Amino acid sequence: MSKLFTGAEIVFKCLEDQSVEFIFGYPGGAVLPIYDELKNHSSIKHILVRHEQGAGHAAEGYARSSGKPGVVLVTSGPGATNVVTALTDAYMDSVPLVCISGQVPTHLIGTDAFQECDTTGITRPCTKHNWLVKDIKDLSKVMHEAFRVATTGRPGPVLVDIPKDIQFAKSNYSKPKIEKKLNGKAMNKFSHNEIDQLIELISKAKKPVVYTGGGVINSGPKASDTLKEFVRLIGFPITSTLQGLGAFPGDDNQFIGMLGMHGTYEANNAMHDCDLLINVGARFDDRITGKIDEFSPKSKKVHIDIDPSSINKIIKVDLAIVGDVNEVLKSVIKRINKRKNGLKTSNKQNISKWWEQIEKWRSKNSLGFINSEETIKPQHAVQRLYELTKNQDTYITTEVGQHQMWAAQHYKFNKPNRWMTSGGLGTMGYGLPAAVGVQIAHPDKLVIDIAGEASVLMTMQEMSTAVQYNLPIKIFVLNNQYMGMVRQWQELLHEKNYSESYSEALPDFVKLAEAYGCKGIKVNKPDELDSKIKEMIDYNGPVIFDCQVDPNENCFPMIPSGKPHNQMILGPNDEKDNKITGKGKTLV
Amino acid sequence: MPNPKSAYSIPTKAGKSDTHIIVVWVDNEAGVLARVVGLFSGRGYNIESLAVAEIDAIKNISRITIVTTGTPQVIDQIKLQLKKLVPVHKVADFKREDKKVIFKEMALLKIVGNKKKINYCLKSCKLFNPVILDKSNKSVVIQITALRREIDKMSKKLKSQGLVSTSRTGAIAMTRGSEIFK
Repeated sequence: MSKLFTGAEIVFKCLEDQSVEFIFGYPGGAVLPIYDELKNHSSIKHILVRHEQGAGHAAEGYARSSGKPGVVLVTSGPGATNVVTALTDAYMDSVPLVCISGQVPTHLIGTDAFQECDTTGITRPCTKHNWLVKDIKDLSKVMHEAFRVATTGRPGPVLVDIPKDIQFAKSNYSKPKIEKKLNGKAMNKFSHNEIDQLIELISKAKKPVVYTGGGVINSGPKASDTLKEFVRLIGFPITSTLQGLGAFPGDDNQFIGMLGMHGTYEANNAMHDCDLLINVGARFDDRITGKIDEFSPKSKKVHIDIDPSSINKIIKVDLAIVGDVNEVLKSVIKRINKRKNGLKTSNKQNISKWWEQIEKWRSKNSLGFINSEETIKPQHAVQRLYELTKNQDTYITTEVGQHQMWAAQHYKFNKPNRWMTSGGLGTMGYGLPAAVGVQIAHPDKLVIDIAGEASVLMTMQEMSTAVQYNLPIKIFVLNNQYMGMVRQWQELLHEKNYSESYSEALPDFVKLAEAYGCKGIKVNKPDELDSKIKEMIDYNGPVIFDCQVDPNENCFPMIPSGKPHNQMILGPNDEKDNKITGKGKTLV
Repeated sequence: MPNPKSAYSIPTKAGKSDTHIIVVWVDNEAGVLARVVGLFSGRGYNIESLAVAEIDAIKNISRITIVTTGTPQVIDQIKLQLKKLVPVHKVADFKREDKKVIFKEMALLKIVGNKKKINYCLKSCKLFNPVILDKSNKSVVIQITALRREIDKMSKKLKSQGLVSTSRTGAIAMTRGSEIFK
């Protein structure tokens, strides 16, 4: 008979076979057998967080910056419920996570035992799948299956709930089966015919635009290279969603900026006026589409996505290609190159007028703002941060709100996996723990959390984690003393009734930093900004950077609710020029 | 258009809804029904009736039959979302008007009343393969199999004739002819 292992040993053998290097977790009664086993597995390092939500976001940051699944280990009851926000966040943004939770012993399940909760019931709607392991014989199979489900097809979080008696029980261990490529729920069923149809549309288009999303990032760094080759080959303008930033170089001339609610004038107008829209790995999110009825009314729409349920969910498309972005684009490029006298010359001429139009929109400089010499403008702060860090390989995480949009608008990303932000769920408090995870995956790289003072206080406790593991993360707080995005909506839509959006009694961030054992830097004068940012970058250790910015600045451009893409509100620059006020703010 | 004062878009006009019968083959494991039903409630889809039982004890397969209404877009989403669930093997979708498919639902009707009323009820049920499962001086329990709307009609009709309790299974479906759904 083969050797018997305890459940806890089996968990670690699975993690080893799945080449897991880091677990983010927090111990508790129902996972103690697994924690007891930790010491026997030197290849796996445990990162002790200060709150289970932090473990989840750190694992997300780790996963998104490395392309590997993030692993979370929590106890039963509150341990599991605390991680729910992070699981939901990962589900919305398609981040592969494997969460292992302890559970009360099987004979106590259903008795309202101490720290018991229906973990699989609570997490069912926020995971791709979850398992309650009631028989030790199933454990190794379930663990391997969990990694397979999390990482194949459209990635996402999974959870394995293991009762304490199962962690002690003994059984055989079975190795993961070697998977046939792309079986199961992973789809790659597109046909040559579909590819030909796409090429036909590309060759006929006069006003095309490529719209890319997080699917390109999830398809791996190779997909970004393929995308670059594809877009350069066809010469089309390209715009990206929040999650897709970095797949195509942000400083390239073909890139017309982010689209959507706070996207650029040129990107949103191109979306509205185009005659061919190629969606690559994006999902027509409501922050992107604006008013559905008037979304890109004149275009043929193509949707390339690995998840069949994304097709026609919100916007009806004319051509759907279900498959991995990299595989689809590779075969498109191959077909185009095969066709002689193809598009290479003719097509670019077709769209030269379109490019002229885009340049006109671009000249509006919709991301412009009126800078000041007295107060630091938040956009200016992000721009300076970009200029002073672009010479090195920098990883940016964000919290959620105005600062997040300014970061997306003014920080240019040239490589995938450098930008970690909570887009779908919009989780305030994501950025700091995510930065912890990113720094774990990339110990020698510069990792900055562009934060707001309200968001960052939600998960501030993770500074302790950063200090414990010597993670030199930089928390760049754009401190405007408001929940800025809430304040902006209240100003524009609720008659300036700033109900509860002022951050009363903020802590002194410099002292707070010192209390955690890291460095605090404060700046409130524009002429000191550069030197202080340099001081932050040069400091070898975690920093909280309190950048005191203009509290009244709003994030523009903006598509107001219920409006189509071509009716944007532009910033104060534009207002001055055109004397547009009040209702007329919406450009037609 | 009124100013919605919201960060969200305004709902667009919904298209015409149709009734569909969705058949789902799933692994018969703990929580699988909750996954299917939770998907419907979580995404705001409608369930008119639901029937589920194990159909293959060796392969451990259960068959779930769900009657639902929705626009073509919603019905497509229901199918695609169901297919994404890990324990789901296959999903079939039939329109209620589909002539190639048999739909049946079973109902148990308890009638309490005098002989005249009971006889009237039995006569009314004649078309729907009535079986008398229990009989006493004052009551009868009748089993009928029929279409959903026929049973709806019957229970309405018999209310005044002593129908005191109705129990229904929810519709189940099977294709006609030798073909099976793959």
